[in-house]
Amino acid sequence: MSLEQSYINLYQAKRESLRASSPEVMNTLRDEAIRMFANKGFPTRKVEDYRYIDVPQAFEGKDGYTMPLPTLPLNASKQGVISLNDEALLNRYYAKVADNEDAITALNTAFSHECICIHVGKHQQLDRPIELTDTFTSDEDQMEHKRILIVLEEGASARIMLRYAANNKMHIITTQVVEVFVGDNAYLEMYELEETHTSCTRFNQVYMQVGRYANVKHNNITLFNGLTRNTIKAFLKGEYSEVSLNGCVMANKSQVVDNNTLIRHEVPNCTSHELYKYVVDEQAVGAFAGKVYVAEGAQNTVSDEVNQNICASNDARMYTQPMLEIYADDVKCSHGSTVGKLDEIALFYMRQRGIPLAEARMLLMQAFVGQVVDEIPIAPLRDRLHIMIEQRLKGELDKCVGCARCK
Amino acid sequence: MLEIKNLHAKVDGKEILKGVDLTIHDGEIHALMGTNGAGKSTLSNVIVGNPKYEVTQGTITFNGKDLLAMSPEERSHEGVFMSFQMPVEIPGVSMTNFMRAAVNARREALGQELLKATDFLKLMHDTQKLVDIDKKLVSRSVNEGFSGGEKKRNEIFQMAMLQPTFCILDETDSGLDVDALRVVAEGFNRLRTEQTSALVITHYQRLLDYIRPDIIHVLLDGKIVKTAGAELAKEIEERGFDWIKE
Repeated sequence: MSLEQSYINLYQAKRESLRASSPEVMNTLRDEAIRMFANKGFPTRKVEDYRYIDVPQAFEGKDGYTMPLPTLPLNASKQGVISLNDEALLNRYYAKVADNEDAITALNTAFSHECICIHVGKHQQLDRPIELTDTFTSDEDQMEHKRILIVLEEGASARIMLRYAANNKMHIITTQVVEVFVGDNAYLEMYELEETHTSCTRFNQVYMQVGRYANVKHNNITLFNGLTRNTIKAFLKGEYSEVSLNGCVMANKSQVVDNNTLIRHEVPNCTSHELYKYVVDEQAVGAFAGKVYVAEGAQNTVSDEVNQNICASNDARMYTQPMLEIYADDVKCSHGSTVGKLDEIALFYMRQRGIPLAEARMLLMQAFVGQVVDEIPIAPLRDRLHIMIEQRLKGELDKCVGCARCK
Repeated sequence: MLEIKNLHAKVDGKEILKGVDLTIHDGEIHALMGTNGAGKSTLSNVIVGNPKYEVTQGTITFNGKDLLAMSPEERSHEGVFMSFQMPVEIPGVSMTNFMRAAVNARREALGQELLKATDFLKLMHDTQKLVDIDKKLVSRSVNEGFSGGEKKRNEIFQMAMLQPTFCILDETDSGLDVDALRVVAEGFNRLRTEQTSALVITHYQRLLDYIRPDIIHVLLDGKIVKTAGAELAKEIEERGFDWIKE
């Protein structure tokens, strides 16, 4: 039996229980989604967007993991910004930007049974940030398919942090699809912070649709993980909008972090920025593929993309692939990427001043990725992240399978 | 304090030092002069343990200890300091974090208590006033965007923070105008104690007008070919190095 068939069988077995607990709009798309998945199959390394990780291997042997269908302790009260399965909202937006041509998104659409909804109303300004923390706490190996819908209506503004944590040693595989709709004149700062452990496998698919005069800042920080694939796609649909996709990655041991981003300029006069920085150490593997697409007629597009990486050991590997695809003739676009080692001259300078090699390395790595954190507008978060990065580099956030901290 | 015997060293496979002997006693200032490529910077880099340089023969003892067996940071903890010819810019690492790491690593190595944050900041503040370095420079990333003179002044600031017993000034005068040179030299002189020794590496007489050496050595083609008193600098200034070769 093929790997795909085992997941299709799992779907058939779970189909009724999924349907029983889900909103109608989610159910109507399931069968079609599993057909799409069956048709596509898990992407192999031959698929351009997935060439840096082994997706079939990530899903191999995990169809037997328990797949609980818990209901989150949220009430769907209309006064709140956060709710579960807001049917009116789902009817308008569910699966409207997520793309089931992607086999992992299709798998998620087939299996996800509830959707966290964040709805910020017209001209509503959230003065305090929202933090959703997803902590993996299962006693058994587990598979989860999560769905989040974020809608900012016209003129709304919000700051939202999605944090992924783990506090035990079980194997966990998750797929997550986040659909984000940012209306005209709306402002969204979105943070994704991963601090899980080495036996977590995460596929995170983020799709953002951005309206006219809207501004979106997406920050994607991987502090600690097992295998992570983030797909971040931003579709600029209204003129004069601005999108920033920033991220930093710290990986060591045999951690794998693959960030695949797309910024699609579909209309004229929009601006995009991208800054991703990685430090990969020991046997870790980092990958970054960032495409900026400028559609025909999207004149006056301004875009800059930077990916800088440090391979701190001889065994660490980094793949970087910045891409520009431009079909308009009056645009200003740049992209650049570097892969280097820690600056030997700076290391020696610090050691001459008495700073031990390990600490000198740490200071340089911290300074390197810290540039991404410095761009974050929320000062307390910025300070906290600087401290977390320092702890991470000192090994104080280490969560290996079996260590006392993770028990 | 420092005793170098028959030192041979290579960089990038090429032998640069071909048997250097040099003894510096407590409180002495020695100047090392010589043409470009004679090996002056190689000697200073070997003393501080730059991993790019390979010692193939000879010994260096420092206060009776085998310096060559120590890592660069251990040599620093022993009291060896080099003012770099080209101080390194380290974007993103603040002077405060850099100095705190350096001061506390040294204190830890010497078995002293680590400085509390407030005590450390006071030390930074007092030292900044002592060497008359702009407060703004001390609050920035290490050397980032500093002018040539500011970088050299920052080297003296770091020296004051770490209070070494043996200082190498590696072409501290290069790229400095006369005023900056005087400020840096005066800073060094103010920090000296009777025990402090130094090796001053320079092409020119002018630095030695401010930092008076006890002894001058001339290094040519990897060997010290002449050693004399302070008057030698004047002679070199007038006649160059060629007459020494002959």
